Amino acid sequence: MCLKGVKRMRKCALANLDKLFAAIAENADLYLPVNDENGAASYKKWEEGTEMSDALNTVKSPKDFFFPQSEDLMTFKTEGKNIEITDIREESKDFVVFGVRACDVRSFDILDRVFITDPQDSYYASKREKGVIVSMACTRPTETCFCAAFGIDAAAPKGDVTTWKTEADLYLQANTEKGEKLLAALEALTEEADCAAVEAQQAKTRAIMEKLPLAGLDTEQFGGGKTKEYFDAPEWKELSQSCLGCGTCTFVCPTCQCYDIKDFNTGRGVIRYRCWDSCMYSEFTRMAHGNNRNSQLERFRQRFMHKLVYYPENNDGIFGCVGCGRCLAKCPISMNIVKVMKTLGGKKDE
Amino acid sequence: MQKITREVLIEKAASLLNEGVVSGVLGWKQGEFAYDVTPALFTTVDELNEQFVWGDFCGANFSKYLVAHTRKTQSKVLVFLKPCDTYSFNQLLTEHRFDREKVYAVGIPCEGMADVSKVKAIAGEGITAIESTEEGLAVTTLYNDAPVVIAYEDALAERCINCKSKKHVAYDELIGEEGDVLESGRFDQVAALEAMTPDERFAFWQKELSKCIRCNACRDVCPACTCEKCVFNNPVSGAETKAPMGTFEEKMFHIIRAFHVAGRCTDCGECSRVCPQDIPLHLLNRKFIKDINTHYGEYQAGAEVGSRAPLVNYTTNDVEPGDVFERGEENA
Repeated sequence: MCLKGVKRMRKCALANLDKLFAAIAENADLYLPVNDENGAASYKKWEEGTEMSDALNTVKSPKDFFFPQSEDLMTFKTEGKNIEITDIREESKDFVVFGVRACDVRSFDILDRVFITDPQDSYYASKREKGVIVSMACTRPTETCFCAAFGIDAAAPKGDVTTWKTEADLYLQANTEKGEKLLAALEALTEEADCAAVEAQQAKTRAIMEKLPLAGLDTEQFGGGKTKEYFDAPEWKELSQSCLGCGTCTFVCPTCQCYDIKDFNTGRGVIRYRCWDSCMYSEFTRMAHGNNRNSQLERFRQRFMHKLVYYPENNDGIFGCVGCGRCLAKCPISMNIVKVMKTLGGKKDE
Repeated sequence: MQKITREVLIEKAASLLNEGVVSGVLGWKQGEFAYDVTPALFTTVDELNEQFVWGDFCGANFSKYLVAHTRKTQSKVLVFLKPCDTYSFNQLLTEHRFDREKVYAVGIPCEGMADVSKVKAIAGEGITAIESTEEGLAVTTLYNDAPVVIAYEDALAERCINCKSKKHVAYDELIGEEGDVLESGRFDQVAALEAMTPDERFAFWQKELSKCIRCNACRDVCPACTCEKCVFNNPVSGAETKAPMGTFEEKMFHIIRAFHVAGRCTDCGECSRVCPQDIPLHLLNRKFIKDINTHYGEYQAGAEVGSRAPLVNYTTNDVEPGDVFERGEENA
C-alpha cells in the first residue's frame, strides 16, 4: 500500500543527510531552518556542518524568499532634463528551500494569487520560478497550530517535493516537474522505498492534530460575501482595544502581503525600494487626501476582514490565513485571529 | 506562585464598580491557553467573574492603556499595579501623560512572573494546561504522560530574576503586604558587556540587532514611548522607516530609541518581553541607567512624581564632558 497519488517514494538514511544537502547545494543555494543559541529557528544558507533545526516552525516565515522584507526595485538618475532609469535586478541563482511546513507551503499559493496575476509582479514571479520548495511533514504540532481549520494536512504537505523525517530515514516524494528534477539529481543518494513508515507517522500525527486545543476551530461562518455581516460588528471595539498597533503579527505572518514603495535619495541618485508595510501602522495607505483608517479599530478590523472575508471573496473562497500560529505565539498582548474568530463567530451561538 | 488570589482582586474591583467609584477596570483577561493573557478593560462584574485572571503570566503592564483610556473618559478607571508598574505610573505622571484624577490605583504584590519561553524550553511544546502549585508550575503537554513540574525560579522571567523593587511607589490603596526596594544583579550583564573589547561588543550587538524585524513592538509597549507622533512614523521627519533598509539600518532605530528614553526608562523590561526575536533590548536601557548612576548619582526614574531627572537638570557635581571623552579614549 502506498500514499494516494504517489508514483514512487525514495528514502535517504538520516546518517547521509549531510551528503544529500551537499548534493543539493552543488547546483543551487540551499536554505534550511537552523536554530540559534536560544533555540529559535530561522532559515539560513546551508554550508558544510550546518545542522537542520527540528523546530516546528521558524520565527519569520519563508515568504522572505519570494517577497523580501525590503527589496530594491530600480534606480533613477537625473542629468539635466533626462532621467535614467536602471533595472538593477541581478539574475538570481536557483535555490532550494528545505523543510517548509504544510502551513507555510499553503501560504505560497495565497501569495501567488496576489502577485502572479494580471498584472504580474515580475520581482516575485522570477523568484518563484527559481525556487524549489521542499516541504517536511509535521510530527509534533503544538497548541498554537490550527492549519486543519483551513483544510491543510500537516502530515501531507504540498510543495515541489514532500519529505517525512522518521527515526532513521528521510522519505522523499516529488510532486511537480521541478521536484522530479531535484530528486533525479539525488538518485544516487536515495533508494526506492515503500510507504509503511510514512503512513504510520501520518496516522500518529493526525491523531495528535485531533487532540489540539484549537482542533475544530470553525471557519464556516466566514468567507466571501460576509462584509456586511461583520464590518459593523460591535465586537471589534473590545477586540481592538488591547491592540498596541505594532506590526508583529503582520511581519511574522506568512500570508500578509502589503507593502509600501519608497524612494531613498543617496545623493547620487535615487533607489526605489519596496518594503513590507503593516495595516496596523498609522501611516498605512496614507494618501494625498489623508488616511482612510484613522483609528486602531479600523486598522485592526482591516487585518482580520482581509484574511477572513475579503481575500476569500476575491479568491474562490480560500482564506488568507494558514493557521501557522505565529501571531498567537508572538503578539505582545496575545490578541490574535483565533480570538477574533471565536468572538465574532461565537455570537451566533447565543 | 502569586500570594494574592484572583478572587481577592475581583472582589475589590467589583465593589469599586458597584459603588460607582470607577466605571471600568484595567486588568488581565484569560486567553485560549494557560499563558496568553491579554490586557483588557472590564466594565461589569460578570465580565470580571468570567474572564479576569491573575497569575504567573500577568506580566503585561497597563501604561499604554492608561494613557489611551483616560483620554476617552471622564470617569475613573481602576488599574491594578504590580510594584514595577508603579514606577512607570509615576514616570507617566511626571511627564503629564494622563490625568491622575481619572485613575484609582490598586497596588498588588507580585512574586515574579513566568516566562513562557522558559516554560516551553523545559516542558516542551504542546502546552494544554499550566497549574500553579506549591511545588511550582505543573505543565501538561500533548507529549508528556504526566505534568512536568517546573520550580518557580526556573520559569522566572529575566526581569523578575533581577527585580529592582517589591515596593509600590504609587497607589490609592494597597492589597497585601508592602515590599522593599531590592538589591538586584540587573547591571551584571551590562558590566559583562562593558568588559568586552569594542570589537566583541560590536559583534554582540550586531548579531542581536540584525534579528530585528522592525515590528516596533518594543516602542509600542514602552511606557516611556508616548510621543503623539513617533519620528519613525512621521513621513516628514526624514527618519521614517518601515523596514530595515540594510544590515546596519535597524541599529539606528534602537540607538535612537535608547537615547530617547534615557533617564526616563524605569527598567520595566516590557521591550524585551514583547520582542518576537528575543533581542535583549533592556540591556541598552540598563547601560544608560548604570551610566547615569555612575556620573550623576543614583537615580531611579519613576521612584517619585515630578523629580528632576539628571539629564534635564544641572548640578555643580555633574560629570564633566572631558570625563566622558576620556572614557571614550580608554575604550577606543
